[in-house]
Amino acid sequence: MAIIAASPRGKAGSGRRVGWKRSRQILGLLYAMPTMIYVAVFFVLPVCLVFLMSSSSWSLLTGSKAINFPDNYSNVSAGALFWPAVWFTIEYTVLVTFFLVGLGLGLALLVQEGSRWIGALRTSFLLPSALGLATASLLYWGLYSGSIGPLNGVLDAINSTGIRAGLIDPANQVTFLGSGTTALLSTTFLIVWKFSGFYMLILLVGLQAIPHDIYEAASIDGASRWQTFRSITLPLLRRSLALSLILCITGSLLAFDQFYVLTHGGPDNTTVTVVQLIYREAFIRQNLGTAAALSIVLLVALLALNAIQFRGIRAAGDD
Amino acid sequence: MRLKGLTRTPYYVLTGGLAIIFLAPLVWAAVASVSPSAGTHQLNGYGFGNYETLYAYGAGLPTHFLNSVMVSGLTVFFVLAVSLFGGYSFAKFDFPLKNVFFLVTLAILMVPYATVLIPIYVVLNAVHSVPVIGWDLLGLALTLGMFQLPFATFMMRISFESVPREIEEAALVDGSGTFGVFRHILLPAVVPGIVTVGLFAFLAAWNDFLAPLILINPTAEQPLPLALVIMRQQTMGLVDFGSTEAGVVVMAIPCIVLFLLLQRYYVRGFMSGAIKG
Repeated sequence: MAIIAASPRGKAGSGRRVGWKRSRQILGLLYAMPTMIYVAVFFVLPVCLVFLMSSSSWSLLTGSKAINFPDNYSNVSAGALFWPAVWFTIEYTVLVTFFLVGLGLGLALLVQEGSRWIGALRTSFLLPSALGLATASLLYWGLYSGSIGPLNGVLDAINSTGIRAGLIDPANQVTFLGSGTTALLSTTFLIVWKFSGFYMLILLVGLQAIPHDIYEAASIDGASRWQTFRSITLPLLRRSLALSLILCITGSLLAFDQFYVLTHGGPDNTTVTVVQLIYREAFIRQNLGTAAALSIVLLVALLALNAIQFRGIRAAGDD
Repeated sequence: MRLKGLTRTPYYVLTGGLAIIFLAPLVWAAVASVSPSAGTHQLNGYGFGNYETLYAYGAGLPTHFLNSVMVSGLTVFFVLAVSLFGGYSFAKFDFPLKNVFFLVTLAILMVPYATVLIPIYVVLNAVHSVPVIGWDLLGLALTLGMFQLPFATFMMRISFESVPREIEEAALVDGSGTFGVFRHILLPAVVPGIVTVGLFAFLAAWNDFLAPLILINPTAEQPLPLALVIMRQQTMGLVDFGSTEAGVVVMAIPCIVLFLLLQRYYVRGFMSGAIKG
């Protein structure tokens, strides 16, 4: 311990300094060891295994049979639900990202200054973020239901007006989760309700980092509110907006809980997301090999998308 | 940008209305869980019939609640135990491949949840013959802890880095070992980081659904969210919305209480913290 205790800036001989450096290295490695073992066993090993699984005939019950590369991968794109699920996931992602980042920005602009009222507003907007996604989905499952939901009056009004106007077929009335389109919109509403407070917080951090005197200078120059927003706030908010976009797009592409609880992929498989497809392939069709191949396709797609987004941010940051 | 142009009254109406939209579903769930309604277990007058049904469901509410508490507690323990030392090491030491190890830990963020869960399911099943009670829960907690490691390691690293090197060196000169410095000087300084990491790990584990859905088999070991979703499925045909909303309330209360207690802290952490600009 004497060597370790010596000051790194002490005038020790060079041999002693090398010894000190080496023991610091060993100590550092020792302290990092638990993290490294944990990451190796629960992350690196599984990721290697998923590559092996994707190249083997691997059933849920009997395990690995034989290498069959690239059969699993061709099964993935041959599956009847693959392209509909990809398309639906993209559609959902675009919709959710548009509303979440938009509303997040709007809320952030509303709650910038500190006052008691604004503190209460921030808390109300953030409170749904504290809930779990499965919990929030169960909540909305009841809220949207025909039996105890309080919104059925609204639906009845829409339906009776629609039937009178000839827009809605009386035999096929609108319900929140009854068709692919309404289920998509209802789920988007749930997600926007649950997460917009979180995006408000991220964008609020960005807004408050913008120096105040820039706004003062703009108002002295006679800039209108819209001009100020467009040429000062938005450009200076670029990094927070980019972070929100990346988080929102990645999160939405991996959507699972909300659809599992609210729609179970239905009606008629119109709301099956990619992750739901992986789950079904693995645990309902009991084909772990194809599920592994599908999850590698998803992994590669996400990595590529993130690389593009990071490049876009870097390019935008240069000017 | 300030919205000074909005005069006071429309501003209060707009923001107040928004606040009501955000709070109303939460209030509704609480009210619906005790309200009388056909097809639920609360038929006449207000009362706790739905909670009684929920209490007796599956392996019993106390069991599922306890499972959730155990999984969340273990997850917090694993994450803190590992990331404290890891953060210390990455912040204060230099060793070969340090940056590679750090990046591999952060890479967990890049990989979809489901992609790792399927092989983990296979690995945990392979060692499943070990007849230990709570084995599934232990595996679940270790898995959920792994998903928290990137945030936790990053957070602990910047917490340790923000402690001035001079304080640490002075203690080293005074003859403390690195562990003594860690325990008596650095640890008290990184308490805010510990609270943040612990809170995030707790909430993530408490609320997670996909990992238990894949990893947990026996009913007696299901944590709350999984038990609730399955309860709803099994009663399909005669769907019990009332007990489901009662379950939502039971799930939500710990999250909301924790959030309100720590919100000042959580919001400030965000405001001063890692993602400026």
